[in-house]
This record gives sequence, structure tokens and C-alpha cells, in this order.
Amino acid sequence: MGTATPAPKVNRIGLPIVDYRGGKSTLCAGCGHNAISERIIDAMFEMGVEPERVMKMSGIGCSSKSPAYFMSRSHSFNSVHGRMPSVSTGAILANHQMITLGVSGDGDTASIGMGQFVHLLRRNLPMIYIIEDNGVYGLTKGQFSATADIGSKLKTGVINDLPAIDTCAMAIQLGATFVGRSFSGDKKQLLSMLKAAIAHKGTVMLDVISPCVTFNDHEGSTKSYKFMQEYDEPINEVGFIASFEDIAVDYDSGQVLDVEMHDGSSLRLRKLHEDYDPTNKAEAVKTLMQAHDNNEVLTGVFYIDTQKPTFTDLLNLVDTPLATLPESVTRPPKAALDTLMHNLQ
Amino acid sequence: MATGDLALGQEQGALNAQKRVVNDFSINVATVNGSGSQSANSVLLKSIFGMGVPVSGKNLFPSNIAGLPTWYTIRASKDGYVARKRDAEILVALNVETAKQDILNLPVGGVAIYEESLNLKQYRDDVACYPVPFDKITAAVCPEAKLRKLVRNMVYVGVVAQLLSIDLAVVEHGLKKQFAKKQKVFDLNFGAVKAGFDYAQEKLVKHDPFVLERMDKSAGQIIIDGNAACAMGAVFAGVTVVAWYPITPSTSVVEATTDLLKKLRVTPEGKATFAVVQAEDELAAIGMVLGAGWAGARSMTATSGPGISLMAEFSGLGYFAELPGVIFDVQRSGPSTGMPTRTSQADLLSTAFLSHGDTKHIVLLPGSVKECFEHGLAAFDLAERFQTPVFVLTDLDLGMNNWMSEPFQYPDKPLDRGKVLTAEDLEKLGGFARYRDVDGDAIGWRTLPGTRHPKAAYFTRGSGHNDSAGYTEKPEEYQAIMDRLSRKFENARKAVPAPVIVKNGTSKVAFIAYGTTDFALQESLDQIKKERGVDVDYLRVRAYPFAHEIHDFVASHERVYIVEQDRDAQLASLLKLDLPAEQVTKLRSILHYNGLPLDARTITEEFVAKEGL
Repeated sequence: MGTATPAPKVNRIGLPIVDYRGGKSTLCAGCGHNAISERIIDAMFEMGVEPERVMKMSGIGCSSKSPAYFMSRSHSFNSVHGRMPSVSTGAILANHQMITLGVSGDGDTASIGMGQFVHLLRRNLPMIYIIEDNGVYGLTKGQFSATADIGSKLKTGVINDLPAIDTCAMAIQLGATFVGRSFSGDKKQLLSMLKAAIAHKGTVMLDVISPCVTFNDHEGSTKSYKFMQEYDEPINEVGFIASFEDIAVDYDSGQVLDVEMHDGSSLRLRKLHEDYDPTNKAEAVKTLMQAHDNNEVLTGVFYIDTQKPTFTDLLNLVDTPLATLPESVTRPPKAALDTLMHNLQ
Repeated sequence: MATGDLALGQEQGALNAQKRVVNDFSINVATVNGSGSQSANSVLLKSIFGMGVPVSGKNLFPSNIAGLPTWYTIRASKDGYVARKRDAEILVALNVETAKQDILNLPVGGVAIYEESLNLKQYRDDVACYPVPFDKITAAVCPEAKLRKLVRNMVYVGVVAQLLSIDLAVVEHGLKKQFAKKQKVFDLNFGAVKAGFDYAQEKLVKHDPFVLERMDKSAGQIIIDGNAACAMGAVFAGVTVVAWYPITPSTSVVEATTDLLKKLRVTPEGKATFAVVQAEDELAAIGMVLGAGWAGARSMTATSGPGISLMAEFSGLGYFAELPGVIFDVQRSGPSTGMPTRTSQADLLSTAFLSHGDTKHIVLLPGSVKECFEHGLAAFDLAERFQTPVFVLTDLDLGMNNWMSEPFQYPDKPLDRGKVLTAEDLEKLGGFARYRDVDGDAIGWRTLPGTRHPKAAYFTRGSGHNDSAGYTEKPEEYQAIMDRLSRKFENARKAVPAPVIVKNGTSKVAFIAYGTTDFALQESLDQIKKERGVDVDYLRVRAYPFAHEIHDFVASHERVYIVEQDRDAQLASLLKLDLPAEQVTKLRSILHYNGLPLDARTITEEFVAKEGL
């Protein structure tokens, strides 16, 4: 006779958000990575993605542990340091109908994993590749990574004297088709970008500044919460309207770039920087280079191309996932072997 | 000079007529790399094959695109021996740089066919010399100067065919096959063959004992190289994802696989039911293979020693996270870059234990092109059944050379896709634990990404995990997984290709070998029997982990010689780790590691010396 508990809110495929959650995080309290996991959960829930259609991929490091902390109903592969791109490539070839979400770190990507990372970009492998970027190695207690800015300071006082690798500029140049940067503390921007990422077909490369509260959140760090609050400079305001949402919004086409995504959704980029065109590669790279000189941390969607064929398009694969093809398709018939043998006689 | 030659020739001819050597000799063709001699060599090989005579060919080539010396040896053997023969009796000297040394290397009573202007006769008066004006003959049949370098090779085929009494029609047939749809190319090449043949017929007087006579020993047989045979094994095993990085001598495994997939695995709508990726390096290649295997596609790569080294870390992940994948290793000489175009068996130990930590792998060891096909097939079943990377070790000699074989048999069993749970299974079971040994075979059930059931997912990791795939550092949980992996490996002893007991009589002495060592060893057994009157038993290993028959075989002999093509007795070492302590002292080694394929005489001599026969 008690009061009926209200039914939990469900998404468009009838799942409550709890079905998108994962195990309890073992990362430090306040770690930016946890906030990113939360946004991934929100984005997948709001987009109504069936969890069983998702593959979570990662390499090694704090960031790469995080797939254990979201979406337990999705298959997950925590692989080898710096090698998540190759494992993902194999998995995607086996089943290109899945939504593949990779989580990496700045060390896992920009140092040990650079070789595989650049080739993933070059192939425009259809997946979402997130760098949880804190500029340091956490699990080995705070060494600089290759995305640490020149002049930034470790807790121990060591100054970084090498230039940072800008993974976004690199991704744009090498062939990724959706490239952006966000901040773990910017819920709204990150959520919109993740939803648009789910709607995109091709490599999505998101560099998300994600402060390390233990080793890189102090004065002199350029990857701290404080630094980001001061220097975060959005290049555009990222809005996203999913294909299933029936929202008519009037916008000024002079100020807003409306990009139709692969699944019919709309990515709406409101201009914050005069004349910035996120479909122009050369301009995008130039703008990122200039921002470094100006000490700004640009965020937003830097580059988008919804037309370029993906790696699986180029391979001309059948629609059926290769992994599920029956023996009648994968093993050629006896006649084929007989012919081969005959020709060798 | 010419008159003298002729006089000597007639004299020797009369002498040699009494002791003709029929269908039992080797031809060594010395050319320059990149001169296009491959097709001529192939035509000659196939012509001998076409005469019904057992034949094998070996390419001794440099790691170079063009300009360095290369030798191709063709062995005709009425007894069916296919190993390298230490001394080839017949030399075709087409390389100016090496011609002098090549003729000096000939055994007494040998034959030299060479460009007239080289005047090689001056170096040897104990071999039969056949000077031929190759350039003049070539120029006459090939007006286009650019093509002469290639066509010149076909002239020697004609000369050799005439001198050895090979039926010209057989050569013509072989050439037609080679240039199936290119009539003009065929005409040009056959013209050159014919010109060489005619020249020999008119101008050369046969004064050596070597001849070919028709036999029927190649009827129904095929000729193929090991790499192409591995490719066929993979394709008929249903390989679907191939990731690779080019490396000699394995490259043609993937090239042949790709050719077959393009022919056999495209839908009527023109869509591919396979994916081949040329990766950025071998690290990525094995990563893609394991990713695809994890997601449920049959996947493979092919590589050689340096690539195997790069695959070490991922191989450990594959072992520990239990991921299927097939890795073909066409062994070449190491260490480091070593000799990329020379053969070896020196990757056995590093492959068996590839990676850090307690890691060991199933390794298949084919000993013929037919077994390249069969083990290629078996590797994919084993990889999915045992949920682990499976290595197939061949070598340059087997992989890149042509071998005669019985035709391959279409598999009579369906694919074994291993233990995979579907959504329906999960519904019935109410869930599963990925790494739990529920059937007592030490193999857990797995699910594939995309299985539409809320309980289908699990977390794959190379870090410590318990039997529900959860992260753990608990001593007992970690050790339980390690012990189960060990039991799984033990069970593989019975599932891998069993050893072949070639001979097991009453001898107290025996041989053990694997792979291409078999070719030389089979011949050596006959030499030892014929020359010393001694029977020696012989077991050929075909896989690691070792089947128990190998233990029994060692136990039933007093001395066992392990013959292998590496410096440090790797097979013997692996056996020593496996055998009971009291058996270990029985093992002796015969080792060959100079980069050349092993020959029978080397084994025989060392065995005879060691046994004091």
C-alpha cells in the first residue's frame, strides 16, 4: 500500500541510466577522468545507444583504466600500452557495425603510442578516440608527458623544456574527420561533442584536458583546473540536436555553421572567433599554432568532414560483420581447391 | 682450341656412354639478381617435372634488388630426394662476376655451360665444357635490345633441354602454362628456347653422362612453394582478417593469401567478405590480429624473425587474455637483421616462449608443402579452440622454394570455432564467467562483442584477473588463472599434429628433427644404411607442446640425435625441458647453421663420426 516509487527515467530505447554505468572508479577523487566517464555515460544514454553495440577500447595508464568505470554492459578491451589503435582496428574489421569508443591518455597516445595513433588517423578508422590529457604519467608518479606545455612545472620544480605535441593539429593534418578539444570541467561542451561524436562516421579525435589532481594541479601547471578556468578559449559554441529530437531552432546562418551528421543529427557550431571555418584544414592547423603562441587553450570543434570515406568504406566490406559470416561464406568450396590443384599440376 | 675441345669431347663421350647418369643430378644456374632468370629457372624445373622425374628447386639469392650474384639449383632425383645436394654436377654460368669460382666449384666429371667469350675451359680440364654464344643467339631471335637480358635466359633452357634430352614439347607445354594469356610473350620466349635447343643440336657434341629419361613419378603431383601452401591453408580455414608488414621471406604468404581472397571471397555484388591491412609495423599487425580474434573473426599475420621479436609484448597479452590468432613465421637467418635471404630454424625457442612473464605458445612445425596447407588449416581451429595465439613455423627453404607434392585434400571436418556463447545460451544460463573452467578442459567460454544480451559483456585485460574477468591482485586468484593456463597448454599436447614416427625398428640409435631438416635426413638415413649398413630410427616432431609419443620414443632408444638448423640446439633444449631427467642425457646434437639449406651428406658425415662407424 506504500507509495509507488516513480518509474526511473528511461531513454528512447527504454533503458534507465543505470544500465550505462560501470564499476566504481579507483582513480583519485576529483580526477578529470571520472568526469569524462560521467559525460560518456550521459551521451550514450541520451543518444539511446544500445550498450551491447559498443566496444570500449583502451591502452595502459590511468585513463585506460576508466572504461571499467562506465558501461559495464559493453564489451571492453584494456590492451597494451600505446597499442589500442591496432587492437581497435582489428576489432572494427571483425565487426564494423559496432560503435567503438577508445580511451587513451597523453602518454599512451603521444609517446609510446604515437606510431599507431598517426596511422589510425590516416586511415580515418571509424571510432571515437578520446585522449584524457593531463600532461603527466600518473601511474608512475608524475613524469612529464609529450603533451606537457613548454615551461610548465612539475610538483618537484622540474621545468619542461620541450615543446608540446598538439594532438589536434596532428589529427587534422593526418586525416581524422572530427577533431576537437574540450575540458573535463566543461560539462555542456563535452557532452555536446560526445553526442556529435557518436553521430559521426570516421575518426573522431577528442583531446580532453583532464587535470591530474595528484601530480599536475598545482601552480605552474598548464593542465590544472585553475589554468583551464583562466585560459580556456572556446573557438565555437558546440550545440547538438540528435536526429530523433524534434526541435526547431532559429539561428543566424551567418553566425552558426549547421553540419548534418551521418545519422541525420545536426552539429551546430556558433562562431565565437570571427571567420573561423572548421571545414578548412589549413586554417584549423594555423589557428591552433597561433593559439600556442598566444598561450591560449583553444577548445571546441576544430575540424569536421562528414564526407570522407572511412577505412571500412575503402575496404569495401559487406554489411554483415565479418565475425558473424557463416562457414559457407568463409570457407571456399571443394571445387575451388580442386581448380587450384589442377592448375598446379 | 675448338678442335681440341671436340676431340676431347668425343673421347669423353665414348667413355661416359658406358655409365650414363639418369635422372640423378643437380643443375646450378648462376645469374645476376634482377636479370629475370626466375621464369627461365621455373620453366626448366617444370620441364623436368613434366618428364615425370621428381624435382626440386632452390633459389640462393642475395638481399638485393638487382646486380648481386644469385644461384638457382634444380635437383632431379629418381629416388625422390629433394634436399640440397652439396655439389651440383651441372653449371650454367651466366654471371661474369662469379663464373671463374663457379666452374672451380664443379666436381670432377661435371658439366659447364657458359657464354663462349668467358673461355672458362682454361680453368678446368676435368669437366665437360659447352661454350655457347648466348648473346649472338639472343640477338638473332630478339630484335628488341631492351628485352634481350630477359630472353637470354630462355636460350639456356633450350641448350640444357637439348643436352639432357628433355622433350622440347614438354618445355613448350610448361612455357604455355607460364605465359597463359600472353601469346606474344610466349612466342618470343619459345623462340629463344628453340634457338638454344637448335644451337646445341647442331654445334655441341654431348660428352657428359647426364641425361633425363621419362618416368611417371610426377603424375598427379603438384608443384608449389611453402608460402603459397600456407596461404591456401589459411584461406580454406576461412581466414577473414589479415594484417601484416612486409618482410622477407614471409611476404609472399600474405600476397598469395590476398590473391586467393580476392578470387574466392567477393560477393556477387562485389563486396569483400575479408579485410587485408598492410600495417605500419609488426606491432600493429599482431595487435590487429588479436583485436579481430577477440571480436570473433579468424585472423592471421605472417612474418619472420625481426617481426616475431616485435610481436613479443602482444603475444603475452594474447596468451594471458586468451585471444585467438594465427602467426606464420617463415624463419630466416638471425640474429638481428642476420641474412634475410638465407634459411634457418633459429626462432623455435624465442617463439615457443615469446613475451615476458610465464608465457608459452602452441607452435606448429610443418615439414612439407602439404603440411604447410594442413597445419595452416589446423592452426585456426587450434587458435579458436584453445583461445590463444598459434604460431606456424616454416622457413625460407620451405617457404620460398618450389616443391613437388601430392595434391592437397579438402578438409573433411567443419571449422572448429571453439567455445562461444550466443545470446540464447546466455538467456538459458543466466550469465557466464569468462575465465571459469566449467567443463574441466581448462578452457572458459567467451562471448563476442555485439552479442545482444545484457550479460554478454566482459572486460578483457592483460592485467591480473579472476575467473569472472574482474581485476585482481589476489595471490590465489592470479595463481588459479596461471595454473589453468598451464593445464590448458598440457591438454594441447593431444590436440596438436602428432609426431610422425618415420622409422622405429630395433635400432638403439635414433634421430629427431622437424621442418625442412626432414628432406636431408630422409636421404641421410638411406646413405647411412647403404654405406654403413646401419639402420637408424627417426621421429619427426610436428608441434609444440610435445606429444607424449616423443617421450616414449626417446625412452626406447639409447642415443638420440637431434638434427636442426640453428647454432644453439634449440629443439634439443626444448626437449630437455620437457623430458624426464633420466632421458635428457641421451640427447646428442647435429647442428647446421650457415644459412644454406641442410644437405644429407653433412648429417651422414657427422653422425658417422660421432657414432664411430
